[in-house]
Amino acid sequence: MSKQQNSMMEWIDKRFPLTATWKAHLSEYYAPKNFNFWYYFGSLALLVLVNQLLTGIFLTMSYKPDASMAFASVEYIMRDVDLGWLIRYMHSTGASMFFVVVYLHMFRGMLYGSYRKPRELLWLIGMAIFFVLMSLAFTGYILPWGQMSYWGAQVIVSMFGAIPVIGDTLSNWILGDFMLSDAALNRFFAYHVVTLPWLIVVLVFVHIIALHETGSNNPDGIEIKANKNPDTGIPVDGIPFHPYYTVKDIFGVIGFLIVFCGIIFFAPEMGGYFLEDNNFIPANPLHTPDHIAPVWYFTPYYSMLRAVTVNFLGVDAKLWGVILMAAAVVIFCFLPWLDRSPVKSIRYKGPYFKFALTLFVISFFVLGWLGTKSPTPLYTLLAQIFTVIYFAFFLLMPWYSKIDKTKPEPKNVTK
Amino acid sequence: MTDSGDNGKMSGRRRFLLAATSVAGVVAGAGVATPFLRSMMPSERAKAAGAPIDIDISKLEPGMLLTAEWRGKPVWILKRTSEMLDDLKKLNDKLADPDSQRDQQPSYAQNPTRSIKPEILVVLGVCTHLGCSPVYRKDIAPADLGPDWLGGFFCPCHGSKFDLAGRVYKNVPAPSNLVVPPYTYLSDSRLLVGSDSKESA
Repeated sequence: MSKQQNSMMEWIDKRFPLTATWKAHLSEYYAPKNFNFWYYFGSLALLVLVNQLLTGIFLTMSYKPDASMAFASVEYIMRDVDLGWLIRYMHSTGASMFFVVVYLHMFRGMLYGSYRKPRELLWLIGMAIFFVLMSLAFTGYILPWGQMSYWGAQVIVSMFGAIPVIGDTLSNWILGDFMLSDAALNRFFAYHVVTLPWLIVVLVFVHIIALHETGSNNPDGIEIKANKNPDTGIPVDGIPFHPYYTVKDIFGVIGFLIVFCGIIFFAPEMGGYFLEDNNFIPANPLHTPDHIAPVWYFTPYYSMLRAVTVNFLGVDAKLWGVILMAAAVVIFCFLPWLDRSPVKSIRYKGPYFKFALTLFVISFFVLGWLGTKSPTPLYTLLAQIFTVIYFAFFLLMPWYSKIDKTKPEPKNVTK
Repeated sequence: MTDSGDNGKMSGRRRFLLAATSVAGVVAGAGVATPFLRSMMPSERAKAAGAPIDIDISKLEPGMLLTAEWRGKPVWILKRTSEMLDDLKKLNDKLADPDSQRDQQPSYAQNPTRSIKPEILVVLGVCTHLGCSPVYRKDIAPADLGPDWLGGFFCPCHGSKFDLAGRVYKNVPAPSNLVVPPYTYLSDSRLLVGSDSKESA
């Protein structure tokens, strides 16, 4: 650095800890040296978040949150706004890719036990981000005011109506009307562009602060801070995040963008999975499409919602479905305390855990697939079976993870 | 804290002031939240938009379903044939609430056909599960609904089934029968939906 730049930095550092922040979070933040493919998805989630914020702002410049104009304004963006189609497809593809990277990011945590002590709070903050992301996806999907927007919202809001006693008042309060109408569209727009983006940005910031406090986990699931170089105090297995992982993440970004652009330019609707066919028909409150399914990232939970068809314990099937669906998401929060294995990473866990995790992944995919199909007696039965497996993975974990035959963890990270 | 007194404990007076301030803060917080929460309830305009509707049913043929809109929801008027009415009785043991015990209809529709006039069914076309609008399936024993299907309403969203009186089947996600709105006959061919007194027409 030149002398001038030096004095400039000095001037700033006396007023704002710029150099100290750079060092603490990048150039002298030591991350384990054995990160693999699975470690791309955190930084990719950040990239997609920026994409959503940026494209979202430009979409609001042409979109109209009014039940009589919303659908036409989206078509206006697609046909008449210069490159409007590109910005909209970046946003709609970004929504699906957000879930792809976040699901993979969460799965990474499950593979390597990243939720375990001392990262419980980091995991919980991540779950909070996941809840906000789901709310963002839901409110965003309503905005084009097509048939799927309308009936998807109808189903979700009706869930609140299933709550005993306060249900009806609560759903009227959510909708601002006695039915799904302009009032709801207008306020969901407010949530989607103001409340929730603001919340997710704050939570992501808090997530990173918590991560940098505990330090990253790694594929071996051992604490690199437990083995520091006595002279420097730097973990033996750590390398500075910058330049090592900034460069690695840029490589991941390039790979991701190839896929992302491929979808935007060649298959923006992704065969009806990213943008559903029925959403190209304006909302009609008098007619439900013959086949409705949520966007792919909600289908596993949607399957569970309709898997409950019997009343028990004096509670009707409808409320059980809603409770089960909510529980299926919230149950991830308890992972840090459900896992009693002496080791963190799947590399050293035993056959029970590997078997359970495999079954869980299969049930997640099968439930997701079933959620895109019309319900038939066979499909409902399958949904019931795989719902049980899904929950068994979590609820039986305290036992199978404890009695499992684990391998000893290494002292240093391996390849 | 420097204010905590010599032995690090709060005096009773300070503790009281702290508690009182906290309580006052919570009350003030609730007060400030009120206008925000209240503003989200249905507006006066939304409340005013619920007037009853007048429907002409003179052109309704037996077996035909007419859909009208009331309070933004579909209202179905179905003219049932005599076979359809006979089939209703055969279904009782497959239904969750065949005698309409649950409060889903006005008292004048709490009868085997769930209607004022036996052949004319008036129900809200809104599934009691999660608010989708079921599909009218009058075909007998179609491939997808099985050989026992005697005609009725099928909800494509979550697979709930209702018979031609809007009564829900057992073991489906929907918990109760379709809602019968308040209605009355203004004449043989004119129906008022949304109110059961002729004066409000």
